[in-house]
Amino acid sequence: MATALKDFKWVGTRAVRPDGVEKVTGRAKFGADFSLPGMLIGKVLRSPHAHAKIKSINIEAARTLNGVKAIITGSDFNELPSEWVPAGEVQINFRDLSRSIMARNKVLFEGHPVAAVAATSEIIAREALALIKVEYEILPHVIDVEAAMSPDAPILHEDLFTAGVEPSPKTASNIAKRVDYSSGNIDDGFKEADVIIEKHFTTQPVHQGYIEPHATVASASEDGQCSIWTSTQGQYVVRAYCSEVLQLDISSIRVTPSEIGGGFGGKTTVYLEPLALALSKKAFRPVKMVMSREEVFRSSGPTSGSSMKIKIGARSDGTITAADVELKYQAGAFPGSPIMPGCMCALAPYNISNAKVVGYDVVVNRPKVVAYRAPGAPISEYAVECVINEIATKLNIDPLDIREKNAAKEGTRALYGPQFGAIGYIETLLAARGSNHYKSKLHENQGRGVASGFWFNIGGESCATININTDGTAELVLGNPDIGGSRASLAMIAAEALGIDYNKVHPIISDTSGLGYNFLTGGSRTTFAGGLAVNEAAEDVVRQIRERASKIWDIPEEAVTWEDGFVRPAGTNAGNFEPLSLADVAGMAAKTGGPISGHAQLNAQGAGPGFGTHICDVEVDEETGRVTILRYTVVQDVGKAIHPSYVEGQMQGGASQGIGWALNEEYIYDEEGKLQNAGFLDYRIPVASDLPMIDTIIVEVPNPRHPYGVKGVGEVPIVPPMAAVAGAIADAIGVHLTDLPMSPPRILKELNKKQ
Amino acid sequence: MKTHITTTVNGEPEEFLCETEQTLLDILRDELNLTGSKEGCSSGDCGACSIILNGRLVCACLVLAVEAEGQKIETIEGMADGEELHPLQKNFLKDAALQCGICTPGFLIAAKALLEKNLNPTEKEVRYWLAGNLCRCTGYDKIIRSVLNTAEEMRRK
Amino acid sequence: MIYERPNTVSEAVEILSKSHEKKSILAGGTDLLVQMRSGYYRPSHIVDIKNIPEATQIRDDGDTFLVGAGVPGAQLSEHVELIKAWPGVIEAMDLIGSTQIQGRATLGGNLCNASPAADSVPAMIAADATCIIAGPNGYREEKIENVVTAPGVSSIANNEFVVSIRLAKFKTGRADAYLRFIPRTEMDIAVVGAAVCVLIDKKGICLNAKVSLGAVAPTQVVIETAPQILIGTRLDEETLDKLAKAARASCNPIDDKRGTIEYRTSVAGVLTKRAAKIAFDRAGGA
Repeated sequence: MATALKDFKWVGTRAVRPDGVEKVTGRAKFGADFSLPGMLIGKVLRSPHAHAKIKSINIEAARTLNGVKAIITGSDFNELPSEWVPAGEVQINFRDLSRSIMARNKVLFEGHPVAAVAATSEIIAREALALIKVEYEILPHVIDVEAAMSPDAPILHEDLFTAGVEPSPKTASNIAKRVDYSSGNIDDGFKEADVIIEKHFTTQPVHQGYIEPHATVASASEDGQCSIWTSTQGQYVVRAYCSEVLQLDISSIRVTPSEIGGGFGGKTTVYLEPLALALSKKAFRPVKMVMSREEVFRSSGPTSGSSMKIKIGARSDGTITAADVELKYQAGAFPGSPIMPGCMCALAPYNISNAKVVGYDVVVNRPKVVAYRAPGAPISEYAVECVINEIATKLNIDPLDIREKNAAKEGTRALYGPQFGAIGYIETLLAARGSNHYKSKLHENQGRGVASGFWFNIGGESCATININTDGTAELVLGNPDIGGSRASLAMIAAEALGIDYNKVHPIISDTSGLGYNFLTGGSRTTFAGGLAVNEAAEDVVRQIRERASKIWDIPEEAVTWEDGFVRPAGTNAGNFEPLSLADVAGMAAKTGGPISGHAQLNAQGAGPGFGTHICDVEVDEETGRVTILRYTVVQDVGKAIHPSYVEGQMQGGASQGIGWALNEEYIYDEEGKLQNAGFLDYRIPVASDLPMIDTIIVEVPNPRHPYGVKGVGEVPIVPPMAAVAGAIADAIGVHLTDLPMSPPRILKELNKKQ
Repeated sequence: MKTHITTTVNGEPEEFLCETEQTLLDILRDELNLTGSKEGCSSGDCGACSIILNGRLVCACLVLAVEAEGQKIETIEGMADGEELHPLQKNFLKDAALQCGICTPGFLIAAKALLEKNLNPTEKEVRYWLAGNLCRCTGYDKIIRSVLNTAEEMRRK
Repeated sequence: MIYERPNTVSEAVEILSKSHEKKSILAGGTDLLVQMRSGYYRPSHIVDIKNIPEATQIRDDGDTFLVGAGVPGAQLSEHVELIKAWPGVIEAMDLIGSTQIQGRATLGGNLCNASPAADSVPAMIAADATCIIAGPNGYREEKIENVVTAPGVSSIANNEFVVSIRLAKFKTGRADAYLRFIPRTEMDIAVVGAAVCVLIDKKGICLNAKVSLGAVAPTQVVIETAPQILIGTRLDEETLDKLAKAARASCNPIDDKRGTIEYRTSVAGVLTKRAAKIAFDRAGGA
C-alpha cells in the first residue's frame, strides 16, 4: 500500500477558483467573444452529400459579390505525405487532417468542407456561400461499421490497405488497421469455465456535446506573422497543426487560447483555425469563424460507434478463466478511431490468464472521430462489464464480489504490457459495497446495476514558470487551457510548495510564445503533469530563495533551510538570524541578484492508472419503456484530490455524460447518409430534470510518482455508466440489453418480447 | 435598411441599429459588446443566452432585436450590484457550481428569475425550471445544490 | 425583410392583405426564429401582433375566456381561473420547451405552426376550444380541429390571422388532462400526446367526453368512438382498456427520428388511458 501523505495547508481544500468571478459575471472571454478591428466573418460551404466526387467548384459569382474578401477551396492547400505521428493517447496523420478540414477531390461525409469565404458581414458571407457552385458526382456511401467491412462495401479510400495483417492485402478496403493483444491460451481457458457468456454489442457514435461551438479569430500580417485566438484544449497543438497544414514555420504562429466552453476531447484538433488563417493570409484582415450548433454536430467530433463480440468464461466460484474480445470501431471518414486504447482498456480492470483482444479501425462516411473522454475505453469496457454482470447473475454472485475476485491489483500485469503499481481498484469496490446506496432497498420495477472502469491517465510535456513579485506574491504561468478548475488546483500546488497564501498566487494561461511547449489539456494529465511542473518550478524558486538568503546572511547556501514558507539558518552553527519569509527575500531581490523566477520543463512519466466503480438505480415504466435514474453513486480512486469540489465535479460530469450515452444519445442518419438530428433538440443530452443528485465517494490511494499523490481524474467516470445503467435495467426487467442507446422504444420492444 | 431601437439594458438607456433578421443576442454580443450572454445553439435549446425581458426569462436568440423597442433587458452583466456579487454568483463560486463556465451566465440569470418568483423551491422545481439550461460539465449536481443553498440563505435574510 | 408592428387588428389585416410574397405572423417567435435561423424559411414581411391589445390579453368574455394569440405560456400558467377551468390545456402549453420558451411561446403560435406534434393542440381540441380569426371580411370563429390541415399547413388564409383562443369557463364535473411521451423529461418534441376531457355527474358517471391525440398522424386526431366508450361508465379498467384500444386504432403515425410507428401506436394507448384517469379524478370522479 502506498504511503500516507502529510497534511497540507491548501491541497485538499475547497478554495474559490481564481478565474471564478470572471466566469460568474460574464466577463470571461470565450472563443466567440473575441473581436478585432477590421475583422471579417468567415463561413464554410459544406458538402450536402455523404460521399461524392467533386467534379468542379465555381467561385466566380461569389468572388465578385460586394463585401467578399477571400475564398479558399481544396486547391489552396498543399498535399502532405501520409504519416502517423503520436499525439497523446492517439496518433495523427496530417495528410488526413488537412483533407478532413477541406475536401480535395472527394467529399467523404455530409458536412465535409468544400470551400470557405471571408466577407465583411455574416449576411454577405452566407450569400457568398449560396453563390458557390459545386458539381458533385454522388457515390454510394456507407454509414454502419459492419456494412463498411463487408467485401462489397463502397470504398472510401482507394489507397487504404489494412495494416497489421500478414500478408499485406492487395486490395483496398475500409478496414484501416487490425490490432491484437493476447496472453495465455483462450481455448484452454474456456475449457476450464463452468459458464460461458458470448454476446454481440453495438454502440452509437456520441458527440462530446460541449456547449460552446468551435470559434476562432486568425490574423495574418504582411510580414508573415500570424496570430490566432481560439477555443482549444491545446494552444501549442493548434500551432503545430496549423504549421503542418499550412506549411508555416512554427515560430511564425502565435496562438492565444480563449476560455474554453467545454471540450471533452472534441477540441484537441483543428477545424476552423487553418481555414481562418488561410483566409486571413489572402485578405490580410483578421477573420473570425464560429460554427453553428448544426455545424458542430455535422462536422466535428464524435467518438466511434462500434460493433463488438465478447466471450467470457468463468468457474462457478466466479474466477474468470478466459476472455475473447473482438472490437470494430468506426473511425469516420479517415483512419484513426481510438481502437488501440479501446483494446488496451477492455480487460484492464481484471487479472485474466487467458485473454485475447482483436480490434479493427474502420472508415465510414461520417465525420472523422476525435477524442472523447477516455477515448475508446467506454465502448469496449461497456461490453465487457455487461458480460461480467451477466455472469454474476448467472452464477448468483454479487456483481461487486465477482469483480473483487478477479480485480487487478498492485503487481498485476495488464494485457497490454505494463505491471500495475499502486492502483486502487479493489478499494473502489470495497467503498461501493460499504456505501449506504448499495445497502438501500429497491421497490417494484426498480433495479440496481454496478460497473467499473479503467483509464491509463497520461503525463506528457508540461512547462511552468513562477515569477515572484517583490511583495511576495506570485505569477503562475501555465500552458494548459483551464476547462474545469486547473488554475485552482495548480495554484494550490504552487501555494503549498511555496508556503504562501493561495490568494497570493495568480495563475495565467500563457499563449504559445510565453512558455515552452505544453501538450494539450486532455487524458487527465493537467493536474498530474502540470502539477509536477509547477512543483518543480516552485522548487526552483525555493532554491533561488535559499541562495539569496545565503547572500543576505553571508553563509553557505547549504546552511540555509526552507521550511513552511521561511528560510532559516540550518542550525546555530550556521548563524543566528531571524527567519525570512518568501516576501522578505523577494523584497530584496534586486539587490541580491535580480528577479526571482522559477521554471520547469518536463515530460511527465508515472501517471497513475485510474479505476472507478459506479452504482446506479433505475425505475422502468413497463408500459412505455422509459428509464428513470433514481440514484447514482460514483466511487473513484483519484490518488489525491487536490481540490475535492472539482474532483467531484469531474466524477459527476463524466457520469452524466455516460448516462446520456446509455439512454438517449445517438446519431440518426437517413438513407442518403444525412444526419437527421443535428441539434440539441433531437440529439438528447441529459437535462437537469433527467438526473438525480450524483453522489461521490473519493478514494485516495496516492500515486507514489507524484509529490502530492495525484492520479488523473477526468476520464474514468465516463467509462462505467453505460454498463451500470444496463445492469440496473437488467435487474429491473430481467433482460440484458446489448445495444446502445437503451431508449424507450428499444426497451419496450424487449419487454414485449419477454411477455 | 436598419431600424433604430431604443431600449433599457441593465437599467441604462441604450440605442442601436439593427437588421430585421438580427436577433437580440446578435445585438447584445456584437453591437453592445455584452458578450456574457453566450450563443450555444441559436434555437432556444441550450439556455446559454438567457436574459430577462420585461421581467420574463427568455432566450435572447429567440427574440428579434427589433422587438426590443421600449423593452427592459437584464443580462448577466447587470447581475452584480457594483462590487457586491449577487448571492447566486457568490454561491456558485463557493459551491464550485461551474466547470468550464460557458453555461454559467445563463444558469445564473435563469436561477435569479426562479428565486424572484419562488424563494422556496424544491429540488424538483429547480431541476424543471433549469431544464432549458444545458450543462455538459457538471451533471447539474453542484448547480442545483447551489441554487437550493442560495434560496435557503436568502430566505433567512 | 420588413418588420411591422400594427397597433390594431384592422391595421394588421391591412398589412396582411397587401400582396407581399411571404408574410409571417410573429407571436412568441419560438418556431419562426428557429426556422429563419436554420435557413429553412425566410419571410419578406414579419408582422408582430404583440402590440395589439386583443392579442396580448386574457379577457373575460362572459361565459368564456379569450386568450390572446400573443400571450406567453408563462402568463397562462399564472392565471388561477384558467388553471382551474382547464388544467389539461395549461399543462399542455406548459410542457412546450423550457422556462425560457414559456416566456415567449403562445397557444396561438403553437396552433398556427401546424405541427402534428404540437402539445397544446390536442388539449385545445379536447377542450372544445375555438379560435377567433381576423381577416378582410371581419372576424370568424373556427373549431381548433379544423385549423391544422396537414403538417405545417393550416386553414388560416394568408390575409388572416388568429387573434385569440376561446375557452369555456369552469364547470363542475368537467375536467381535462394532457400527457405526452418524450425520451427525456423536458425539452423534447412529443413522440405521442394524449388529451382527454370528461364531464361527469355527481355519481361519477361520464356524461360526455372528448379525446384527442397528437404526433400519431399528419394532424391531430379526434377519437370518434371515445364518447360512446366512456359515456355512462365510471371509467373502470375495462372501459379504459377499450379506450386505449380505440386510441391505438386511430393512430396513423410515421417512423421518424422521434419514434417508430409501432412505438407511437403502443404508447398512444397507454397515455390515453392514463390521461383519462387523471381527467376523471380531476372532475371529482375518484
